[in-house]
Amino acid sequence: MALLQISEPGESPGPHRHRLAVGIDLGTTNSLVAAVRNGIAVVLNDHDGHALLPSIVRYLRDGGVAVGRGAEAEQARDPRNTIVSVKRFMGRGLKDVTHAENSPYDFLDLPGMVQIRTVAGVKSPVEVSAEILKVLRARAEESLVGKAGGELAGAVITVPAYFDDAQRQATKDAGKLAGLNVLRLLNEPTAAAIAYGLDNAAEGIYAVYDLGGGTFDISILKLSKGVFEVMATNGDAALGGDDFDQRLFCWVVERARLAPLSSEDTRLLLTQSRAAKEFLTTHLEARISATLMSRETVDVTVTQKEFQEMTRPLVAKTLGPTRKALRDARLEWSEVKGVVMVGGATRMPHVQQMVAELFGQAPLNNLDPDKVVALGAAIQANVLAGNKASGDDWLLLDVIPLSLGIETMGGLAERVIPRNSTIPVARAQEFTTYKDGQTAMSIHVVQGERELVSDCRSLARFELRGIPPMVAGAARIRVTFQVDADGLLSVSARESTTGVEAAIAVKPSYGLTDEQITQMLKDSFDHAKDDVHARALREQRVEGERMLEATEAALREDADLLSTEESAALRTELDALRKTLACTDHRTIKSGIERVNRASEAFAGRRMDRSIKRALAGRKVESL
Amino acid sequence: MNLNQNHFELFDLPARFAVDAAALEARYHELQREVHPDRFAAAPDPERRASMQLATRVNEAYQTLKSPLRRAVYILQLRGVDPEFETRTSMPPQFLIEQMGWRERIEAGSENPEALLRLRAGLRDESRKIYEKLQAQLDEGRDDGAASETTRVLMFYEKLDDEIDDKLAELET
Repeated sequence: MALLQISEPGESPGPHRHRLAVGIDLGTTNSLVAAVRNGIAVVLNDHDGHALLPSIVRYLRDGGVAVGRGAEAEQARDPRNTIVSVKRFMGRGLKDVTHAENSPYDFLDLPGMVQIRTVAGVKSPVEVSAEILKVLRARAEESLVGKAGGELAGAVITVPAYFDDAQRQATKDAGKLAGLNVLRLLNEPTAAAIAYGLDNAAEGIYAVYDLGGGTFDISILKLSKGVFEVMATNGDAALGGDDFDQRLFCWVVERARLAPLSSEDTRLLLTQSRAAKEFLTTHLEARISATLMSRETVDVTVTQKEFQEMTRPLVAKTLGPTRKALRDARLEWSEVKGVVMVGGATRMPHVQQMVAELFGQAPLNNLDPDKVVALGAAIQANVLAGNKASGDDWLLLDVIPLSLGIETMGGLAERVIPRNSTIPVARAQEFTTYKDGQTAMSIHVVQGERELVSDCRSLARFELRGIPPMVAGAARIRVTFQVDADGLLSVSARESTTGVEAAIAVKPSYGLTDEQITQMLKDSFDHAKDDVHARALREQRVEGERMLEATEAALREDADLLSTEESAALRTELDALRKTLACTDHRTIKSGIERVNRASEAFAGRRMDRSIKRALAGRKVESL
Repeated sequence: MNLNQNHFELFDLPARFAVDAAALEARYHELQREVHPDRFAAAPDPERRASMQLATRVNEAYQTLKSPLRRAVYILQLRGVDPEFETRTSMPPQFLIEQMGWRERIEAGSENPEALLRLRAGLRDESRKIYEKLQAQLDEGRDDGAASETTRVLMFYEKLDDEIDDKLAELET
């Protein structure tokens, strides 16, 4: 007789049925879906046995949609309706899309995210991504649910660790649009660490070096007794295998002395370059031969050595972010126990070699770099769906990749939550009014490492109204940032003396481009010195304006406390200060402020006396 | 978990500056295993919200207790002492001269990563000694006034450390 099942206390009621959940790697070039079956994470294949689904969506005139290999085959014939690398457009406005002019798409610059006009109507990147997710969902339901019965409980979708708030939100929206219950957004290198760590019972400090088709992430994790703790993450979100193809393509064009190419020929040679790059991973030379539409023939041979030399600068670009991550984690190279390689581009021998030299040890390659992210996501999805099995009692602690802040007077970004903070995290900061009687405050939320707001990514703006009129600096506005376990931000503001409240879930109208993130980070180091000066200048300007306003108000109120000469002298200094505000050296403004300070010293003293007398007079009246 | 507990109570540790790092981390992991949102991903909304709040609280407490500087400030605040970091910036002239010396050396070494790393090592040695003094002031002497002063000194050291870090980052790009 079969034994009856009883669920563990605290678990789902009734006889425990395994809740089906999947992990999805939504990649720039390829996407995958994986699930835990009989306690083991496996990638789910399509009918033809393919694990990888090319991330390509083609819209047809009759309203139909082709996704994957079918769309890929028609890519060159129908470029305007065949969307490739849609991940680059997620959460972004048109002005953030680099090389939009070279792209075959008919972009629509609508407020919010960029949209693409196709034969089947206007499509947003979220909708395009949702088409890819729908195919993976169908694949999962067919292979899992079909056999076991029941329905898909949910999915974990991975994102580059460097994705900002807008890009994360867009990814989550795409999941919802595809009819998935998104259990969690998971950072790609972290997903890889889970798969590797559990597979190898790893303990200690590990680095995950993830060079994919379009992005580079480096994460440093501490693995101890089933806890995966991300200590720091960094990256270059505009660097991936595609750049290596592009470099080789340019070399071929130069070597074969080709005239400017049509977009079809460009596509053809790029594909050949990619194939040659892959061939060179295991061979010493590769041949690229093709007959172009222009009837020109190309026949060149590239050696592994030549390829490695021309792309060495690309490999070197991963060094800086790697060092920064290690420094942010406050670690030395010798403390890193292993380096896990993720992403197809890490197969290239010179990438392997550079990582080995950098860390002083051979990198770990015992997992398929194309599949490890999806496998890790599947393992987490299984646990999140509530399927506790022995050995699943692990804990994941991840971080946010970029600092979050708020704009203050003078266009300065005040950091509220620093990068690499463990999530979920909340931080409150108090701000005050700048002018007497100010009743509203505009709150501008930004993301990035630079000191000036104009160099950071704008996430959202909202207003707190109804602040009771008070003198400048008296109001207490408490702004609270909350980042949840998906790395998504919400912001609220509250005036504490009266309780006036305003809250917003930050759903930014557009996100940062990978290139922008990279550029922002790069700039913040390139221009660290400029920043210090620019910041000092703005601070002094704000201070100078404040000084002018306050002194003029005092003069209007208590002019009788000064002799004509004193008053004239003070006004001369005020005029001088007003002129210095336009200059670009903060020291000049500072000295102008100091001169006004000196000139108004006696005035301030007399004003103080007068107000004390007034206060005392008031008390006398009261005590009567 | 009681939200009215202070960070030390939450982590079941004595409210002292000297802290058992291993115990702190172990307790942190223990608490997160209980409250982390990953444990409640399939739970109803109110539970998920509560889990996020509690996990946020645990993270905040851990980060505060883990950093010696934040821990010192927190202990002083628990004792009702406001270290007045924002307003009281007057420091002994001798100290300010030393700070200027550090700054000059950082500036002079800003093209040379080796020199910067040596400076950072020296700076961290120096601040380690000051932290020992702080520990005596907070845990043994119970001299909160002196501890406030020492804490302010350490904030300057932290700033210098950040500056060296920025310089190193600058050299890499």
